[in-house]
Amino acid sequence: MATNIRLEGEAGGLALPLRRDAVGWQDRPILLRLISIALFAAIWEIAGLIPVSFAFPTFSDTLVAFFGLLADGSLPSAYLSTLQPLVVGVVLSAFLGVGIGTICGLSRTGEWLIVPVFIVLQSAPVAAFIPLVTFVYGIGMTAKVLAVMILALPVIVLNTYKAVRNVNGSLLSMCRSFLGTRWQSISKIILPDASPVIFAGLRLGVAAGFVGVVLAELLITPTGIGDVITFHRSRADYAEMYATIASIIALSTLTLVFLQWVEVRVFRPEKRGR
Amino acid sequence: MGATALRNKPAPVSAPNDAIVEVRGICKTYGNVEALRGVDLDFPRGKLTSLLGPSGCGKTTLLKIIAGLIEADAGTVTIDGKPVKGPGPERAFVFQDFALMPWATVLRNVAFGLELRRRARAEREEIARRYIAQVGLAGFEDKYPHELSGGMRQRVGLARALSVDAEVLLLDEPFSAVDEQNRRKFQEDLIRLRTQENKTFIFVTHSIEEAVYISDRIVLLSPRPGRVSRIIEPEIDRSGDPDRIHRDKHYLDTVEEIWQGLKQYVE
Ligand SMILES: Nc1ncnc2c1ncn2[C@@H]1O[C@H](COP(=O)(O)OP(=O)(O)OP(=O)(O)O)[C@@H](O)[C@H]1O
Ligand SMILES: [Mg+2]
Repeated sequence: MATNIRLEGEAGGLALPLRRDAVGWQDRPILLRLISIALFAAIWEIAGLIPVSFAFPTFSDTLVAFFGLLADGSLPSAYLSTLQPLVVGVVLSAFLGVGIGTICGLSRTGEWLIVPVFIVLQSAPVAAFIPLVTFVYGIGMTAKVLAVMILALPVIVLNTYKAVRNVNGSLLSMCRSFLGTRWQSISKIILPDASPVIFAGLRLGVAAGFVGVVLAELLITPTGIGDVITFHRSRADYAEMYATIASIIALSTLTLVFLQWVEVRVFRPEKRGR
Repeated sequence: MGATALRNKPAPVSAPNDAIVEVRGICKTYGNVEALRGVDLDFPRGKLTSLLGPSGCGKTTLLKIIAGLIEADAGTVTIDGKPVKGPGPERAFVFQDFALMPWATVLRNVAFGLELRRRARAEREEIARRYIAQVGLAGFEDKYPHELSGGMRQRVGLARALSVDAEVLLLDEPFSAVDEQNRRKFQEDLIRLRTQENKTFIFVTHSIEEAVYISDRIVLLSPRPGRVSRIIEPEIDRSGDPDRIHRDKHYLDTVEEIWQGLKQYVE
């Protein structure tokens, strides 16, 4: 095992130098990303100083407010309550979505029965269903989880379905000719082959899940992050409000980056370092 | 390796009726295209037989029917007397488009047939390494397909087919995506492998020169509908220098003879 990892690293190292020489500064993407973030912060600061709106704080004010919210414990406790329905909803959506999408991609019946529902759900302004969910399931955890899933599930199902549908036919007949079982062809060919598109769907789904949970907290019950936002808006603490909003955007971004890392690491090792 | 070859071969004095694959009355129609009509063929054990014919005459279709990947409308295929109902362990396929998993290393791709048969990892990797070396790819075990040239990818496909130790290897135009220099090299390797491995090869090609150069037996197919038009046994001595064979009179005559036979279909 250990030798394997070392050898893979070597193979990557052999392939890369050529590209590195040719591209130069691009081999430090982290530096570039930091510059991009710094640029964004600078523009924000200037926009806040002009100011574009009396309700628009500067970047530095927002940063100060952020640490204030961290220190007084209101942000951590808000996240604790927001993350529960979010994580449950996203994890359920991921597994259900990939499962349902795979079934739809593999079977004609599943395709005709299920796919239209999700196409409608994806094109409908599903946020409008959230009050309906409250009406049926009350204001508890279930309602919030459902709000996350309503937004996250369709895109995951549809991407998985499309990816499985368009799986490389030649790899499938290769698997069959080497005596692969149906299950082996799903786990060893179809899912890895479909994984880039499935993961694109998962990233969109996770982003939509964040939207769902914030909407639920704004529309259903003021709890968690939604509560912090509403509270500070009502007191016109715009820096605190923006700090909260920015923090959830940052968290969502970090989750997506993590997802990408998992994809490359686990499913498509050949894309590492490309 | 030599020992394996000796053990596998109980000295069959190539009796003409020692056919490992028998094809009887195969017909196949796609919609309104009649791809094959009444094909009867025997493939002798331990020989390399080429299926040669113009594009669209049903070579791939016939090979995939033998592989059990396509079902025929009529007729039977038997391997050692047993009728083919689907893919089996005694046959291995080399695909025209390589069919390598882009997310797997050369080692995993070559060992994939054994992985599907649930052989232990250490065992299948040892076998795979041996065949990787045999097709001349030693040192590339941990590369991914996108890091290889077309010719190297096809070698991976060949090593994968060899590593499951099937008696019959089915190759669908394995060299068509490979440049001329690599093609020559590859053909020589195939001749060498064939003497080492003592397997039956069924080889699809549309190159007359290639068929004459490597085959013990050439089956000419005529198009629309695909049928057997002639069978030729070149009997070329391949022991010597490969370049000499390409200038050999008998070799050139056979190529010319086949070309005369096929010319009518190309117009
Ligand atoms: N899946 C299919 N659906 C419909 N028609 C097909 C299909 N596969 C093959 N055919 C037709 O059957 C005929 C034989 O096809 P096949 O692929 O076996 O030919 P081939 O001899 O391998 O040709 P080539 O040298 O171009 O590979 C062709 O006319 C082709 O159009
Ligand atoms: Mg073909």
